[in-house]
Amino acid sequence: MATLDAKIPKGPLAEKWTNHKSHINLVSPANKRLIDVIVVGTGLAGASASATLAELGYNVKSFCFQDSPRRAHSIAAQGGINAAKNYQGDGDSTYRLFYDTIKGGDYRSREANVHRLAEVSTNIIDQCVAQGVPFARDYGGLLDNRSFGGVLVSRTFYAKGQTGQQLLLGAYSAMNRQIGRGKIKMYNRHEMMDLVVVDGKARGIITRNLVNGKIERHGAHAVVIASGGYGNVFFLSTNAMGSNVSAGWKIHKKGAHFANPCFTQIHPTCIPVSGDHQSKLTLMSESLRNDGRIWVPKKIEDVKAIREGQLKPTDIAEEDRDYYLERRYPAFGNLVPRDVASRAAKERCDAGFGVNKTGEAVYLDFAAAIIRYGKEQAHVKGLDENDASLVKKLGQEVVRSKYGNLFQMYDKIVDQNPYETPMMIYPAVHYTMGGVWVDYNLMTSIPGCYAIGEANFSDHGANRLGASALMQGLADGYFVLPYTIGDYLADDIRTGPINTDSPEFDAAENAVKSQIEAFITNKGKNSVDYYHKKLGKIMWNKCGMSRNEQGLREAMAEIKALREDFYKNVNVPGQANEFNEQLAKAGRVADFLELGELFAKDALERTESCGGHFREESQTPEGEAMRDDDNFTFVSAWEYKGEPADAVLRKEDLAYEEIEVKTRSYK
Amino acid sequence: MSSTISSSLARKYAMAISGLFLVVFLFQHFTINLTSVISETLFNQLSHFMGNNPLIQFILQPILIFGVIFHFVMGFVLEIKNRQSRSVKYASNNGAANSTWMSRNMILSGAVVLSFLGLHFYDFWIPEMNYKYVEVLPLNPDRYFEETIHKFESPIRVSLYVISFVFLALHLMHGFASSFQSLGANNKYTRAIKGATTAFAVGIPAGFIFIALFHHLTAF
Amino acid sequence: MNLTLKIWRQANANVKGKMETYPIENVSPDMSFLEMMDVLNEGLISKGIDPVAFDHDCREGICGMCSMYINGEAHGPDRLVTTCQLHMRKFKDGETITIEPFRANAFPVIKDLAVDRSAFDRIQHAGGFVSVNTSGNTQDANAIPIDKHDADKAFDAATCIGCGACVASCKNASAMLFVSAKVSQYALLPQGKVEATDRVLNMVKQMDEEGFGNCTNTGACEVECPKGISLENIARMNREYLGASLKG
Repeated sequence: MATLDAKIPKGPLAEKWTNHKSHINLVSPANKRLIDVIVVGTGLAGASASATLAELGYNVKSFCFQDSPRRAHSIAAQGGINAAKNYQGDGDSTYRLFYDTIKGGDYRSREANVHRLAEVSTNIIDQCVAQGVPFARDYGGLLDNRSFGGVLVSRTFYAKGQTGQQLLLGAYSAMNRQIGRGKIKMYNRHEMMDLVVVDGKARGIITRNLVNGKIERHGAHAVVIASGGYGNVFFLSTNAMGSNVSAGWKIHKKGAHFANPCFTQIHPTCIPVSGDHQSKLTLMSESLRNDGRIWVPKKIEDVKAIREGQLKPTDIAEEDRDYYLERRYPAFGNLVPRDVASRAAKERCDAGFGVNKTGEAVYLDFAAAIIRYGKEQAHVKGLDENDASLVKKLGQEVVRSKYGNLFQMYDKIVDQNPYETPMMIYPAVHYTMGGVWVDYNLMTSIPGCYAIGEANFSDHGANRLGASALMQGLADGYFVLPYTIGDYLADDIRTGPINTDSPEFDAAENAVKSQIEAFITNKGKNSVDYYHKKLGKIMWNKCGMSRNEQGLREAMAEIKALREDFYKNVNVPGQANEFNEQLAKAGRVADFLELGELFAKDALERTESCGGHFREESQTPEGEAMRDDDNFTFVSAWEYKGEPADAVLRKEDLAYEEIEVKTRSYK
Repeated sequence: MSSTISSSLARKYAMAISGLFLVVFLFQHFTINLTSVISETLFNQLSHFMGNNPLIQFILQPILIFGVIFHFVMGFVLEIKNRQSRSVKYASNNGAANSTWMSRNMILSGAVVLSFLGLHFYDFWIPEMNYKYVEVLPLNPDRYFEETIHKFESPIRVSLYVISFVFLALHLMHGFASSFQSLGANNKYTRAIKGATTAFAVGIPAGFIFIALFHHLTAF
Repeated sequence: MNLTLKIWRQANANVKGKMETYPIENVSPDMSFLEMMDVLNEGLISKGIDPVAFDHDCREGICGMCSMYINGEAHGPDRLVTTCQLHMRKFKDGETITIEPFRANAFPVIKDLAVDRSAFDRIQHAGGFVSVNTSGNTQDANAIPIDKHDADKAFDAATCIGCGACVASCKNASAMLFVSAKVSQYALLPQGKVEATDRVLNMVKQMDEEGFGNCTNTGACEVECPKGISLENIARMNREYLGASLKG
């Protein structure tokens, strides 16, 4: 079986992207006017791509299921965005960012893509500042940075705990300018229902207007999928309620390979689950680990007393606390990468040291930081450094200025004041490194169909470092796709407008309509959420933070059975031709029920541990993840063959030319 | 430029500027009225000056009348337009949770003040016009004090007068400070402006009420 | 907790709506308001009643999609939260809760509690941007130092989530707070100053065309804004507009 061709340009790694840009085909400005491009999704990747494509002169049609492009879930990203600017003079460089990202991804990402990402990272910051994105600044008026997990430099740019919001609003503003000029036609509250392939090329999509249920056809010379990740396959995740895999899954069913579906990031610092009613989990930014120390009590009797409410966390003496990350990973301490921090929390909780009623929580404590900052401030202001209450007050002010919105969010949800008592946190599903397989040009296995941002698989390997998702989304959208897509579209300048009256459009539309009809007329006994929650339980228990062969086999069988039951017994109320949230949700859950099985199959086949994928069968004697580079240094790209269980594995071998593949250590 | 003049913001400036102008007039009016408590002669002198100086009579008085009419017509126009921007009303609306009664009821307090102005015109301005320009009676620089005192004899009229000034105070408590915000002044002095305008809004109408009660109680 | 919910039901934009009453039992105080609505809907579906439509997405207070006028206030009685961050512990057992859509003629009802806020998008199309193309050749991000206080103020203005609570709470259904937040963000930054004149004129023009009411400085918007956007921004817009009008 031939390995998949990623079409990586020849030449030295550092020059690949520059050379590639200089040699690919271009479309002349006059001809760009004749070409239509569809972009599905308006998060960082989709919005930035739409705006840039329109600036270049293409006619862009953008689609989002929300009521405005500004609501895409990139808005919720908190911590920051990496860039190799080296403004702090701490020895950062493009190479170091590239190296950290490859290492952080546990040597399962594509070198050439990651190097390109590191190269354009600096342009992103310049571009965003030019757009008026209000990044945090120091008193000298220059940009401030902070540090994130898995790296030893401060390269993260941020805007309090709302960096994603500010970046997305920047990209949205760039889109608005083009919408105002008529170069982007925006379709809000529209869901992509299927991809239309004509003569082997992506030529359009079928959409459903979520307000009136109208099924519409849209033709274009290329289709870009920027629909985000599929973390909601777990039901509970930090994703938005509407986040879904459907766009990616529909193109998978039309021929796009789906890569590494089992690579899911479980984020270590989320607010723990409080009950069965819970509809989503809330992230507490990784940036908190800059100042927060993670611990559980050393003594099991203290744990019991805390759970029963007899002791408060602040009652536990310093020597009775187990700062387990600092203990196990002295070099990186609380700033180890996310996969490592999550597994360490799970290890402590599995051992019985979880600190809330469910036994699934650890402490994230700011007391030390508050005192440290307070003393610093007292010193600067010439006040008494030994006045404990003054120091605490000053320290709290500093912490408030850094993380105020996060602390407020925590307080509102948990009803506890994190300035006074440590936060309780637990890992939760956050990001999916896996996604649609793309080549170096970000084109999927379907000619003319592209995937960018979290929707593709390309840059994060088996684990993503903090503050690199925003970087990738904007890199793809602003600086990569708009150029690489020209290489393909150069052949389309004489094609003319795409005819949507073709048999291919008829067939796709009819398939969509019959699925909707089937849902509406099914009149089963269980709601859509009933199935989604069941699927989530299977995924979390058997495909979650650690996986084993038996569990994965069970998961595959259970998901298949659940899917069959879903089609028989799901109840979708209301009509097709109206605003019908349940109907929209049914379509999304149907796709999750297929993806979930492929996810388990992928995890089953990869018998090594790597990054976010921890196979219990593959660990070191100390319980650390153990990779199997001899047998698994490849991307698993799955080709659709009907049932998810029948998907065929197409490998893309990963060749490391610049970087020596090593065991990842943060000790 | 024409669209700028008819814009929502231009109307806002217009309300603010006309309001501030009326505040200045109010202060001037109050100052003269206050002299009626102190010195009958001074009051008569000032009133005679105001009533017969051509600059005041033929330039400032029309401007004032225009200012008053403009302010209330614009106020009513805006109120109607604003009401039209929400044609289905809330079944439950807790305005008190987020704003003051004064700010939400400017149209009511304004209407009360306006109807008082009607009474006030009927009491003072129409007889005055009649005296000077219709019947063209001879100049009498000493008549003002007597005429004024006479109006404060009726307890009903004085009650109406007091109620009206309470509403004027309510109107000013929001309106005076609000006009600074409308004209773009919101900075480190905002708290001071808020304090000063509130003091004015309470103090001046209270002063008018004091004068009315003073004359009412001392008239017998 | 057991509650009585009075909810606005309206099948679509073209028909009249009315309030309906639904009892709900066993509500946990730890639930968010939207999770309570989920439970209500599950119950309605099982009884064969059309579930209540409402907008929601991120459920962590940042996307701005959730709305709802709860007991006479936008996003309910709590401060600095969106409906998704409002928890049931803020209500009393046995309470009757009135739930209505955000109301303004510029925000027509789509269904039940979901409204169309695309007027906000159109205001942004009119000028909510800096005209800079993606080139990768803009000047270095640190080339223009920006006063930290201005940068912080610009950030505060930029945290607007576009939920429309300001319009919903304003007795005049005015959108000034929303528009002024964007105008302010750019007016405070050197990058945005270049186009400041056209921006404020165009955005205000579009705002007026959308049918929002006029601002009478009641300050309700600032109190109900889940992000605490300050009235200072409206004053700044008033100044900017005055300056821009005089400039022509």
